[in-house]
Amino acid sequence: MAFMLLAVCLVALCLGSAGIPVKKIFPLLLGGRGSTEYSILFDIRLPRIILGLAVGGGLALAGVILQGMFRNPLVEPYTLGISGGAALGVSLNIVFKFYKTLGVMTFPFFGFLGALAVIGILYLVNLRKATVRLQGLLLNGVMISFISSSLIMLMMSLSRAEDIHGIVFWIMGSLDEPNWFIIKITALAAVLLFLLSYLFCRDLNAFALGEEEAAHLGIPVERSKQFLFIIASLLAGFGVSSAGMIGFVGLVVPHFVRMFTGPDHRILMPASFLAGGAFLIFCDTLARTVISPVELPVGVITGILGGSFFIYALSRKGNS
Amino acid sequence: MLKVVNLTCGYQDKTVLSGVSFEAGDGEFLGVIGPNGSGKTTLLRAISRVIPPAVGRIFWKGEDIQKMPFKDLAKEVAVVSQSPALDGMTVEEFVLLGRIPYYRAFQFFEEKKDYRAAERAMELTGMSDFRGRTLNRMSGGEKQLALIARALAQEPKLLLLDEPTAHLDIAHQVRILDLVRKLNRDLGLTVMIVLHDLNLAGEYCRKLLLIEGGKVYRSGLAEEVLNYRDIRDVYKTPVLVEKNPVSLKPYIVLVSENPETEKDRNSDNLEGE
Repeated sequence: MAFMLLAVCLVALCLGSAGIPVKKIFPLLLGGRGSTEYSILFDIRLPRIILGLAVGGGLALAGVILQGMFRNPLVEPYTLGISGGAALGVSLNIVFKFYKTLGVMTFPFFGFLGALAVIGILYLVNLRKATVRLQGLLLNGVMISFISSSLIMLMMSLSRAEDIHGIVFWIMGSLDEPNWFIIKITALAAVLLFLLSYLFCRDLNAFALGEEEAAHLGIPVERSKQFLFIIASLLAGFGVSSAGMIGFVGLVVPHFVRMFTGPDHRILMPASFLAGGAFLIFCDTLARTVISPVELPVGVITGILGGSFFIYALSRKGNS
Repeated sequence: MLKVVNLTCGYQDKTVLSGVSFEAGDGEFLGVIGPNGSGKTTLLRAISRVIPPAVGRIFWKGEDIQKMPFKDLAKEVAVVSQSPALDGMTVEEFVLLGRIPYYRAFQFFEEKKDYRAAERAMELTGMSDFRGRTLNRMSGGEKQLALIARALAQEPKLLLLDEPTAHLDIAHQVRILDLVRKLNRDLGLTVMIVLHDLNLAGEYCRKLLLIEGGKVYRSGLAEEVLNYRDIRDVYKTPVLVEKNPVSLKPYIVLVSENPETEKDRNSDNLEGE
């Protein structure tokens, strides 16, 4: 999986509207500072790769955690309305033009605020007597995503053309992020949250048998659920607020990886993190190059590619 | 020793057990019987700390289980529950999950002693040859043995079983309960088992706890508890209690209130011809 990721990263570095051959990358790395190719590689493509790795890995990991916790293969960060909340936050920013006075940092900030608001609402509504009710959490999450998408549509119908374009563009998702600070924060958050979540890999394995069985195995079920829910939400929140709504990674990648690694979370979690990163970087490279120099929204590629690939893989599995 | 004192508990607005008190000594083989909905499973769930007591306390070896760390309790008490979710795991992977309570803080993978404990558990239950089989492809009886193996991998002192013979044919019923009896005798495990089948309860359990409406109706040696008056009163069904000529244990004969008549038999014969 690590090799696959490395290969994808290398291909992503090389391909683009200005192609750079693989053998040139290492000389450039060593002493090409100042050249145009160096700046294409390290100022434009490398940041995208790092962001892709962090966001793709984070979303896939959040998917693994939520699917394991809910024991439901259809749950992903987006089902819980977290991305809806983030999109709503960003739309508010665009419509009310906070970014004009406060700067571009308001986009991820509002996105993250929206995601946090959803996490808070879900948590408060479903936390009764210190137990998290998973079914309620899921249903409320789906409802929140409906409400937020309706509110976004409401705002779009009331706002001007340029604002609508801004919202739609953001919703489609993109790894084009010129701000290194945002990239660093997202990457750092993804790595830290991955390490933190790995402490719960045994808990997730036990959850596969059901909550009650997990309790019999000495897992403090309620505490684990609360931590895992917050970790998954933060992963999705960071990802969505820095790269927009990139769908399907959180749903498809865990399934795909599970076909190879089996259900053991000790392997599934790091493998999905790497595979999610590789998948998103791969999709982003395609988005940049298919009809270059025009760039497609990466969310479109992840959806089409992820969806069709998944159907293919499932039907093959069903046949065998 | 397991000691339950004045236990009252239940779910949200519904109290299921009220004022239940009893004791089970080390190495005891205690059966829990009672009609549907009387609170047998709830009692096991309270003892395994899935639901907290509203009133009363549960002690294991003199320690209040509510105050024990989850992991420590899982090293002492293992549960074979009715129908846990069994994904596409192999028997060996499943049995190894029983080692989770023994993991240290930053230990993520099994160590030699964990494999040894799982191996022993599979040997005891005759599951060694099935180690590579996935659980969802196994028969009900084999699955039950795998569940017991996982519980044994926890190296518990108290084994709680919730109707381990439900939906099994008589051969598997006997196989499972013979195994539990062997574990009780050879390993000195304290066993507390919920059984629906009164004949199995009479045959295998030394002591019985008869529960009705969330209260202990009668407790004591199997021979004392399985008397026709108590069983008739609790189950609202007339029965006869006989003695098994081989084991000399009590067994129940059902008596229908609406027995077959001469006419029924005759009409059957006519249809058959």
